[in-house]
Amino acid sequence: MLTRPRALAAAAVSALLLMSVASCGSGDNTTTPTNSAASTGNSVTSGGEITVRGCTPQNSLLPPNTSEVCGGNVLDASEAKLVHYTPDDAAPELDVAASIDTTDSVHWTVKLNDGYMFQDGTQVKAKNFVDAWNWGAACSSAQLNSYFFAPIAGFTDPSGDGCNTADTMSGLAVVDDLTFTITTTSPTSNLVVRLGYTAFAPQPDAFFADTSEGKANFAKLPIAAGPYQIVKNDDTQMVLQKFAGYSGKFPGSVDKVTFKIYNDTSAAYNDVVANNLDLTDVIPSDQLVGDAWKTDLVNSDGTNRWGTKDTGVIQVLTYSAVDAQLKNTSLRQAISLGWDRAQVTKAVFNNARTPATGWVSPVADGYKADQCTNCVFDAAKAKQLYDAAGGYKGTFLIWVNGDGGHDAWAQAVCNQLKNNLGMECAVQTTPDFKTLRNKITKRDADLTGMYRGGWQMDYPSIENFLAPIYATGASSNDGDYSNPAFDQLLVDAAAATTNDAANKLYQQAEALLDKDMPSMPLWYQQSQFGFSSKIKSVKMTPFSTFDFGSVVMN
Amino acid sequence: MGKYVVRRLLMMIPTFLGATLIIFYLSFALPGDPTAGRCGERPCPASYVEWFRSHYGLDKPFLVQYGIYMGRLLTGDLGTNYYGNTVIHELAIRYPTTLKLAVIAIVAEILIGIGAGILAGIRRGRFIDSLVTISTLVVIAIPVFVLGSLAQMVFGIKLKWFPVTAGDGTWGQLLLPGLVLGSLYVAYVARLTRTNLVENLRADYVRTAYAKGMQPARAIGLHALRNSLLPSITYIGASFGALLGGAIVTERIFNINGVGSLIYRSISQRDGTTLVGAVVVIVVIYMVMTLLVDLLYGLLDPRLRHE
Amino acid sequence: MSEIVTTTAAERPRSLGADAWDVMRRRPLFWVAAVLVVLFVAMAIAPELFTTKDPRSCDLAFSRQLPSAGAIFGYDFQGCDIFARTVYGARASILVGIFTALAAALLGGLLGTLAGYLGGAVDAVLSRIADIFFSIPLLLGAIVVGSVVPLSPNSPLWRCVIQIVLVLVLFGWPNTFRLMRGSVMQVKPNEYVQAARALGANPFRVTTSHIVPNALTPLIVVSTIDLGSYIATEATLSFLGVGLPGTIVSWGRDISAASGIGYIRNAPHMLLFPAAALCLTVLAFIILGEVVRDALDPKLR
Repeated sequence: MLTRPRALAAAAVSALLLMSVASCGSGDNTTTPTNSAASTGNSVTSGGEITVRGCTPQNSLLPPNTSEVCGGNVLDASEAKLVHYTPDDAAPELDVAASIDTTDSVHWTVKLNDGYMFQDGTQVKAKNFVDAWNWGAACSSAQLNSYFFAPIAGFTDPSGDGCNTADTMSGLAVVDDLTFTITTTSPTSNLVVRLGYTAFAPQPDAFFADTSEGKANFAKLPIAAGPYQIVKNDDTQMVLQKFAGYSGKFPGSVDKVTFKIYNDTSAAYNDVVANNLDLTDVIPSDQLVGDAWKTDLVNSDGTNRWGTKDTGVIQVLTYSAVDAQLKNTSLRQAISLGWDRAQVTKAVFNNARTPATGWVSPVADGYKADQCTNCVFDAAKAKQLYDAAGGYKGTFLIWVNGDGGHDAWAQAVCNQLKNNLGMECAVQTTPDFKTLRNKITKRDADLTGMYRGGWQMDYPSIENFLAPIYATGASSNDGDYSNPAFDQLLVDAAAATTNDAANKLYQQAEALLDKDMPSMPLWYQQSQFGFSSKIKSVKMTPFSTFDFGSVVMN
Repeated sequence: MGKYVVRRLLMMIPTFLGATLIIFYLSFALPGDPTAGRCGERPCPASYVEWFRSHYGLDKPFLVQYGIYMGRLLTGDLGTNYYGNTVIHELAIRYPTTLKLAVIAIVAEILIGIGAGILAGIRRGRFIDSLVTISTLVVIAIPVFVLGSLAQMVFGIKLKWFPVTAGDGTWGQLLLPGLVLGSLYVAYVARLTRTNLVENLRADYVRTAYAKGMQPARAIGLHALRNSLLPSITYIGASFGALLGGAIVTERIFNINGVGSLIYRSISQRDGTTLVGAVVVIVVIYMVMTLLVDLLYGLLDPRLRHE
Repeated sequence: MSEIVTTTAAERPRSLGADAWDVMRRRPLFWVAAVLVVLFVAMAIAPELFTTKDPRSCDLAFSRQLPSAGAIFGYDFQGCDIFARTVYGARASILVGIFTALAAALLGGLLGTLAGYLGGAVDAVLSRIADIFFSIPLLLGAIVVGSVVPLSPNSPLWRCVIQIVLVLVLFGWPNTFRLMRGSVMQVKPNEYVQAARALGANPFRVTTSHIVPNALTPLIVVSTIDLGSYIATEATLSFLGVGLPGTIVSWGRDISAASGIGYIRNAPHMLLFPAAALCLTVLAFIILGEVVRDALDPKLR
């Protein structure tokens, strides 16, 4: 309550600012009253500053150019999209959009809420979406998320680069300031769920006015419409200030969030234990042993300052596309059956991972349990299948990157395969992720055995766990899996008129994976996080990001 | 003397060229596309990879890239890294921190290393000698990442004597990491000093000094010590460059935003521009330190004269 | 152990070696170190003499179990017998240590002598080359070398050891180089050297019989210490993910795998035993180096 006056003052100042900007802009300034009402009425708690573990973003901070967590964590707090995922179960709910309607899953009408503001005081209009999407999809912009726009009509990609060869897409049309239409090439029943992904964020006029290459100047301090504004962005920290003019339904609670860059997650963890850092989204795996982290993260009054959250991440080992011996399906099944997921997750992760029973995270809409019959440990059956298949000649390799803490579990899987199947197995570590990724992309000839793949969902739909990874020729199809029946089911599912019907078809497609075993599911991720004594509670989203609207300070 | 210095400075030019060429080649030879991993766990779209490669000139042959780099370097431009920051800016932020770290380590080498070495040497075979021997051995035998983690846990988290990490790079924060970084070199210096002192204490000129009735303290100080410290000084001087490059592990453990973590990051991100810039500066610092040590050598040992 | 003595003393008159042996065998410290070195070298040569267990046969059910009668050092994270791993780990670690120290001493010593004795242009060129290699981060070199000649789990032990030795020597020789150069420069102006030159001895003879023996002491001392630190550096390379492959049992890998703070707190025995073995080996080699040096140096007797 002490900081309430400060929050009020800030709201008043920005309201003034908004009025002046709005009056020289479109002349539509009916938004101002809504605005100030929202920022005072909606705030759950008030004030405070927190520091959060951050890492170095891999790319410029632009929504269509960020697809990894280091940049994503920041943009998640600063960008507003048409759709927002609830922090508890990632269910989509409307945010900037007032409605998204369709009758045939092809023609969509999007109506925007009136009064949404960008952080520079301009209003969020239909053209801000349409122009941003056209720019993000175009090959000339070289944005790495361009393929997200592929379902939209007019997206032409003859070279298979995942971007649109033209500058605009015919499937997007502005109707008026607050309405636009989307036409998809084919029925896309889960379009609404997809629209919450960062790539679909709107861009203000200032973005289009920036003439620097790759919008580099704009990307230093991007202006967005979300609850937090990026006010400082350098090599060691990124500072986000609560946007006083935010008029949406999902405001932040603390006034200021500082992402401090850590090169090592252990260092961040130790800082949280010592109360030098307020939030970390990663607990080093060695601290999971014996629940050491749970004893570290306790306040003097005995209350816990840690939490866990099931997140939309699945880890798999992909059977190598270049290993001729692994063309034998029963050999693949034997390898998947021949080790105990429960024992490995217990010994290595102290049960902080959930043994996978399929290829789709339980967090996703459309999840169905026990899809992978080959994931249930059965040493006898495995050995029988293995012998019938003639065994594996030579040393079976499990490829992991050495910089991600994957060594321990890979070794454990290997040891179990050795003990249960009698096969020669070894872990092959590459110095870092890039080396492994490079080998996989090139389908390097020495890449025999299996290689690690992790998948963090872009949006919480079963489709996102199947289409990008197992459809023929898909961007992340590392095992070169191809099954026409599987592809057809994906097409049918996308064309289904209801979400339930679509999910049923997707589940049938997933069942095909159990027959063909293109990859071996390992486990679903559970994220652990810790916070300082300053914070009373905080929520983590199924995307492993923090919901800064839920932070309650002590 | 002046001529000597000028000649040495001139000799830095070919060294500098050689160093940049080798480092540039090494970073060129690093496997793995810099775009791999920039798109999370999935491969980047081909159009993005193409744009990236041409934008940073990675599609050109090695020597052309090197030529372009050196051309820019002559105008004082170290290039722009993959994050859109100029390398000079990055180095300007990070070098002061790592230099502080190295200074702490050097001071420890001089005070603790030489001090312990002299004590052990004078009291050869006594308790203090064994103590120094054992403790230096333990330090040498424990890998630096174990030592760093242990120090962080014991002195930072448990005893709370030092800050746990050193993200802001203040002297107080850097004290513990500096000692960890310098520990190996402290041990070396202590042993080197002890060995040379023991040897010199038995040399004829010291015996002569004793025989002439010189006070033991004066005999040790004037004769034995001066000669014994020469190898130690070489070593300390040479360690300065190694400290800068060797800070990779220490900086990672204590989350220090210095050159070591910059080098580590640029290697793992395949950010050749930053890598070459950071290492080139180390080479220059190292060469200057070497020159200073050689000059100091001449002052301390009258038998060596630079023409 | 007489072998070590005679090889080190090969350049000297026979009687000196015998004298040195006489001096050494009267020192208890020598015997302690010698026994330890023999023990660890024996482990490296024939680990099966010390344990019947297979260090690569592991059962996750035993993960992190404390020492017991069945497994006197307990089990590691993967449920492997730590005693067996410590015994078998000696080979790779000691090979890396010995060969790196030897190669760095030879290369650095040779070039250092050349630079220190000849001075001038030779010195200038060699010193600057040393500067370059000294300042290139080991990690960078290790990744590049490791990827140009990749190691696979199928690579034989000698192949992996040679690679690690190569990397460590490539970036470690400037150390011994500078040391040797400095001490040659210090010895060169001495009266006995000047006398030998004045008497018309050829430069090669002056160097080998007068300068090198008298300038060798710091090199021997630092090389014996280096031997240990190279073993520790191999562990650091493993920590950074560019060390020996996982199929090879080595102290370095086991130390790095057990060094997370969470592991140290809950299962310190996983770190303790390989680290203690490494510490003892380093200790033994250094003491041995020291004793041999004392015995060989006529000035100290």
